[in-house]
Amino acid sequence: MVKLAKAFGLDFFPMRFELVPAEIIYTVGSYGMPTRFSHWSHGKAFHRLKMQYDYNLSRIYELIINSDPSYAFLLEGNSTIQNKMVIAHVLAHSDFFKNNSYFQKTSRKMTETMACNAARIEEYEQQYGHHEVETFLDAVLSILEHIDPRHHIGEKKEEAPIPKVTEYDDLFALGKTASDVSKLSRQIKQFPSQPDKDLIAFIARNAPGLEDWQRDILWMLREEMLYFWPQVETKIMNEGWATFWHLRIMRGMDLTEDEAVEFSKMNSNLVLPSRASINPYHLGLAIFEDIYKRWDKPSAEETLKYGRRPGLGMEKIFQVRETENDGSFLRNYLTEELVEELDLYLYKKVGHEWQVVETDWEEVRDGLINSIMNGGHPYLEVENGDYCGSGDLLINHCFEGQELDIAYLEKTLPHVYLLWGKPVHLKTVIEGKHVKFSYDGKKNSRQLL
Amino acid sequence: MTDNLISRDDWSLHRKGRIDQKRHREKVKDAIKNNLSDLITDEGIIITKGKKVLKVPIRSLEEYHFRYSHEKNKHGGQGNGNSKKGDVLGSDPSGGPSGRGKGAGDQPGVDYYEVEMSVEELSELLFEELELPNMQEKQSKEVETEAYRFTDVRKRGLSGNLDKKRTILENLKRNAMKGEPKIGGITPEDLRYKTWTVHRQYKSNAVVLAMMDTSGSMGNFEKYIARSFFFWMVRFLRTKYESVEIIFIAHHTQAKVVTEEEFFTKGESGGTKCSSAYSLALDLIDKKYPPEEYNLYPFHFSDGDNLPSDNELCYKLVAGLLERCNMFGYGEIVNPYYRSSTLLNTFKSVSADNFKAVTIKDKNEVFSALKAFFSRKDRD
Repeated sequence: MVKLAKAFGLDFFPMRFELVPAEIIYTVGSYGMPTRFSHWSHGKAFHRLKMQYDYNLSRIYELIINSDPSYAFLLEGNSTIQNKMVIAHVLAHSDFFKNNSYFQKTSRKMTETMACNAARIEEYEQQYGHHEVETFLDAVLSILEHIDPRHHIGEKKEEAPIPKVTEYDDLFALGKTASDVSKLSRQIKQFPSQPDKDLIAFIARNAPGLEDWQRDILWMLREEMLYFWPQVETKIMNEGWATFWHLRIMRGMDLTEDEAVEFSKMNSNLVLPSRASINPYHLGLAIFEDIYKRWDKPSAEETLKYGRRPGLGMEKIFQVRETENDGSFLRNYLTEELVEELDLYLYKKVGHEWQVVETDWEEVRDGLINSIMNGGHPYLEVENGDYCGSGDLLINHCFEGQELDIAYLEKTLPHVYLLWGKPVHLKTVIEGKHVKFSYDGKKNSRQLL
Repeated sequence: MTDNLISRDDWSLHRKGRIDQKRHREKVKDAIKNNLSDLITDEGIIITKGKKVLKVPIRSLEEYHFRYSHEKNKHGGQGNGNSKKGDVLGSDPSGGPSGRGKGAGDQPGVDYYEVEMSVEELSELLFEELELPNMQEKQSKEVETEAYRFTDVRKRGLSGNLDKKRTILENLKRNAMKGEPKIGGITPEDLRYKTWTVHRQYKSNAVVLAMMDTSGSMGNFEKYIARSFFFWMVRFLRTKYESVEIIFIAHHTQAKVVTEEEFFTKGESGGTKCSSAYSLALDLIDKKYPPEEYNLYPFHFSDGDNLPSDNELCYKLVAGLLERCNMFGYGEIVNPYYRSSTLLNTFKSVSADNFKAVTIKDKNEVFSALKAFFSRKDRD
């Protein structure tokens, strides 16, 4: 199989396959990594996966870890044909990890790093108390998605501490003109000088009251999230790519009739579309197949319009897998024909009912892109780390048409407060109005702006 | 292919997921404690009396983060051919939008799972805070019981009562004095035994009179509330107090003493005269349970829909009960659609300290009623 895959042009890391019992698959599935730190939320995910397995609601056949070498976990109970498909599938995942540009900055030694992190966190638990560390982890995890995955692009983040306002400032200001003074105070307020998307890093660097172990946890978890982020951003592509290839590799093998039937059953389960969500395996596969087709045998129109020569299908999909992420993948390759053929739509709650509200292909495409932008999480930025001149934290939600869940928002602010140590505020838009939510350590409040 | 390996390790000691799952469960239990008011009126508990283990559906703990509102935004989906605008995918069973606890419906991320919990466990959580108020030691019928408590450590004793920890400490001490910091070579002089002393405990007898309106105006909701309250009251009294007698009185225009079984299952109809129950209670007290000998606790649950001409008599009888009893508790179940009652109005002018009235509008207020009647604070 490996030979076959290589002959197709797949270029993957050396592979390590582990045959494991179901329990381990669910551990890895719920932690994201077998070596990751302990937290009750992982236990909750583990319980859910395990229950779904026990009740036969869903099965995870495979899991692969982006590392060099790549670790893939195969379920002990799988049949031979299942394991063959899984191996074909994960070879393509490994190829994707190795070659997609968004993964170029990820650490390939994360298994070890996470094991060290877990050990360190456990040490902190012993030193500072289990409850103390757990509460802190709860808080960090509540904003873990708010990192800046492109932090390495562009200029370095400022490290400057907050210029403190002191009671002697008026002495220093003696002899300066009024405009100088106001410039000075404006400088003080401009912190950070540019809105900062990396909440975790900003807090780790600047929160006044944190202890060293707490800052350490913030940095560790941020590093782990940076590692996971490309996987979030390329889910559709990555699954589509793996499905595209396991189909071809399996077709290239000699399967008995029974095996072929079992395989196609399994495959159709995998790509089963859902009325209420998008199946990344199905959508990703359809787009890759479509690209392949359109570049391999371009229509007369495509040849005329773009001067596209036939036979470039393979080259094109390898190029796409290297340069795109889900957002650009849908933007560039989800065509009108595909939206129609796949019967994609947008739905929304109207009254008490969930109704289809959009079928126009461009609207649907844009809606889908919207829903996965920034990993499907709201885009937040630290706007001011010294808000009101009293060291409050002001976060701005860069509103792009999607409203926040207010109940969750009000439960999350206290977590941020715990990290920052001073009142926190968040600006967003609710029903067309600009609103500021605040938490001062005791209660939530909101204010129209 | 040295590059590509298949291996199979021994994972049998891998317990990470289970350990964290346990921690999640612990946290859920804490959450249950905070949601007792919703749980104790769960139909399953009151109806299946004999059942030991309950399956309580619990929302698993939320992991709060900043997220988009599911309700207000659009989502992608995929049909099987020709979906049109206006096609309905499903509807929200909970109806209108409400603050917490929106229906599961199509909402993602609402995980319910079942926690197995015995009624005992639930009771323990619940009864932690409850106590019969104003309990007094009554003269004549004191019951004396003996209780044993380990209070002392001695060098001699029964070998079953060997205090291993202290023995080891003694051994360590002795070795240390010889300059050898270790455990070992335990000799008879290291041995330490626990001994006990006998304590005398006095218990006072208490009688609880549970009175319930079973007239026609008591609908299913009202009966359900009253029964939930009494269910937990009975359980609580039997768990915490050894010698408490409970008398069940059902009434409409007439009152009679019924069995526990009848009290919790039988419905009646007809008009309402609450005075009938009160006078029966008074009668019983005067004949069988003199206040010098018993702690007396009458409780009455009604929808308050009493015959107006009867109210004055009720007032008088309740005043009589208050003179004799440690506490009189009146619970009125208020149907939100009805006018306010006449009976509670009648009681508004009662000023005795041992009179307590609560109103219940919702299932989850049964818990606060229990707390109001059996609060510990009152003792101080």
